[in-house]
Amino acid sequence: MLSLLRQSPLSARIGLGIVLLNCLVAIFAPWIAPYDETAVVGDVWESVSTQFFLGTDHIGRDLFTRMVYGARNTIALAFLTTFLSFLFGSFLGFVAAVKGGWIDQMLSRAIDVIMSFPTLIFALMILSVLGSSIPTLIFTIALLDSTRVYRLSRAVAMDIEVMEFVEVARLRGEGMWWIIRHEILPNAMPPLTAEFGLRFCFVFLFIASLSFLGLGIQPPLADWGGMVRENAGAITFGIFTPLIPAGAIAFLTVGVNMIVDWFLHLSSGLHE
Amino acid sequence: MTNLLEIKNLYIEAHSEEVWQPIVKDISLTLKKGEVLGLIGESGAGKSTIGLAAMGYTRQGCRLASGSILLDGVELMGASDEDLRLVRGSKIAYVAQSAAASFNPSHRIIKQHVEAPVQHGIMSYSEAQKEAIKIYRRLFLPDPEKIGFRYPHELSGGQLQRAMVAMAMSCEPQIIVFDEPTTALDVTTQIEVLAAVKEITEKMNKAALYITHDLAVVAQVAHRIMVLRNGRLVEEGETRALIRKPKQAYTRELLNVRSLREDKNQSDKMAVILTIKDVAATYTGEENVLEDINLTVRKGRTVALVGESGSGKSTLARVITGLLPATGGSINFLGEDLPLELKHRTKDNLRRLQMIYQMPDTALNPKQTVRRVIGRPLEFYFNMRGKKADARIRELLSSIELEPDTYINRMTTELSGGEKQRICIARALAARPDLIICDEVTSALDQLVAEGILDLLQDLQNKTDISYLFITHDLATVKAISDKIVIMLEGKIIEQGAKKKVLSPPHHEYTDKLLSSIPEMDPDWLDNLLDERLDSFI
Repeated sequence: MLSLLRQSPLSARIGLGIVLLNCLVAIFAPWIAPYDETAVVGDVWESVSTQFFLGTDHIGRDLFTRMVYGARNTIALAFLTTFLSFLFGSFLGFVAAVKGGWIDQMLSRAIDVIMSFPTLIFALMILSVLGSSIPTLIFTIALLDSTRVYRLSRAVAMDIEVMEFVEVARLRGEGMWWIIRHEILPNAMPPLTAEFGLRFCFVFLFIASLSFLGLGIQPPLADWGGMVRENAGAITFGIFTPLIPAGAIAFLTVGVNMIVDWFLHLSSGLHE
Repeated sequence: MTNLLEIKNLYIEAHSEEVWQPIVKDISLTLKKGEVLGLIGESGAGKSTIGLAAMGYTRQGCRLASGSILLDGVELMGASDEDLRLVRGSKIAYVAQSAAASFNPSHRIIKQHVEAPVQHGIMSYSEAQKEAIKIYRRLFLPDPEKIGFRYPHELSGGQLQRAMVAMAMSCEPQIIVFDEPTTALDVTTQIEVLAAVKEITEKMNKAALYITHDLAVVAQVAHRIMVLRNGRLVEEGETRALIRKPKQAYTRELLNVRSLREDKNQSDKMAVILTIKDVAATYTGEENVLEDINLTVRKGRTVALVGESGSGKSTLARVITGLLPATGGSINFLGEDLPLELKHRTKDNLRRLQMIYQMPDTALNPKQTVRRVIGRPLEFYFNMRGKKADARIRELLSSIELEPDTYINRMTTELSGGEKQRICIARALAARPDLIICDEVTSALDQLVAEGILDLLQDLQNKTDISYLFITHDLATVKAISDKIVIMLEGKIIEQGAKKKVLSPPHHEYTDKLLSSIPEMDPDWLDNLLDERLDSFI
């Protein structure tokens, strides 16, 4: 593992650095942040000063503190959600591809039904029925996202499923589980990993739009997407406050994708 | 006569593992007007690379390192893209191995044909179309007036390959590079393409580089032959002289690959292990792709299943393995009737019937090690793990003539084609089967490598009395390995019997056509055959 790291290209190291930095900030948030997450400590949209590193937000909370706590909420939420959606989505996708026939039909049509609703409306529907709490938020977004993952993993698995080594396994008498675990999954990893990097970023934005509608992360908890929304008005006054959380999202996204690219490169066996 | 093409001291390098490594080393060749030069060698010999270099082109990751390429007096080495564009297509053209993959499937043939002359400003669109029809006629394409207006998928493999040869002629180039134009074709269609090549080189007096791995094919069309190996020239000579008296050992090896093996004692009374009776099968539920299939396989013997592509031989393999359940008839294996569907068969049924595929690349999981590939059947069928399994894997690797310590922990992607196929054989052997179905196991491999695989299979049979059902379209392989031959056409068996009986006259009409289409190592073979067939047409 260490030697692998030593051979890693510069971009991957930068990506790792970014993600590591974000994770450290998220873990040690209470020690890093100078103020309390929800405390109003200054005036509205104060500019950068020694007292407030990044100024204050729309109701006078320290933006740096909010950023640090926001990292915690946002990253944990996004990772968990993406992970869950991949767990559901790829499992069902693989089963559909390997089993085929009516199981495939049933799963695919059910997924089509979910996909035919605009995601935002669907999420609003579920959240307004069940109420917005962090667990329901995670499960709702994971469920909606998993439809896309299902489509992708089914398509990828279909391509692998027709390969002769899968036929060999079938002729040997292997069960479905073994075929998925040993023949399909290792070969499906590269495209799924790439998709992971992308989906991970979309989750931020989705949470942000839900927060805007009041069904996302509930204030006063800080999250980057929500912070962009809350402070969006500042742009009209020429204040750059909303750009800071937006920048943080971009920064982390780029970092994650740099690692994903490296991983893709490794697993596809290309050495150029 | 002046030289049309003159390549001098050519070196081509490929970028791999951070360094440029030479893949073509010090090759010089000349080509005069109307002359055909055959380039022959195994894969990796650099023959295609040289063929492309004659057009001033290299594949991605390669570069022309040094030397000179003079085409009709113009230096292509270091020429600008624009200069190269003017030359390609109009002075020198290329015919690729797989016409099916080279045509754009969503344009009509003739539209792709006229593109080059119109682009080069040689002809107008309608003139080019008229010329295209003329050349289709010359190359014996059926219905030359209309065939160009079809889409690529509406033509057969042989027709498509001829359409591609026609396309190469669209700008009347002086030189054509043929890169294995018949390798992907059946022997019977190969003849059609070879006839088209002859038409161009002899009657239209074009020069050509003919690249192939099959010495018997190149002997039919080339005036001179260059034998290549690992990017270097092994031997060069006039065709007849080279075939009659090869100077190098390597050339002799290439010449000898089609030699017959010793026949086994035919008067045997080995037990019948597989009996297929009145089997029929269908993909659509309506039309039968297999009908009235009856055949038997004896213990320790090899049955060769021969036919063109589309004759149903691979379908029969799927029926026997249960992947495609037969719609009628019965399959008796080792004294008991096999359930027709795969899911109803017992583990022991499955173990005793193994399969080896044509493409070792897709038959091995690229994410597994050799240990895992061979170890899994041991674990699955015999519950063998740990040290015991390790010992057995090593034993199997030795039996397929691969050094256990070197190979056991390799990823399957780190093997050559021949090594992969050997691993597939070991995986099949690990199950201790009674019958192995070999589906075109040598057709994706180089001749010498294929030869090694056939030898190995024969050895294994002699030692363990295993039976093979050998599916192939290559009659040379059949002659070499089989005890019994079954010939299939359009889903039916048209002739079957002991090897000697089937190979000696009188033949079924189709068998005769099939047998006479196998190229022989005689430079006059094609001419004689074409004369003969032409006579029979009239």
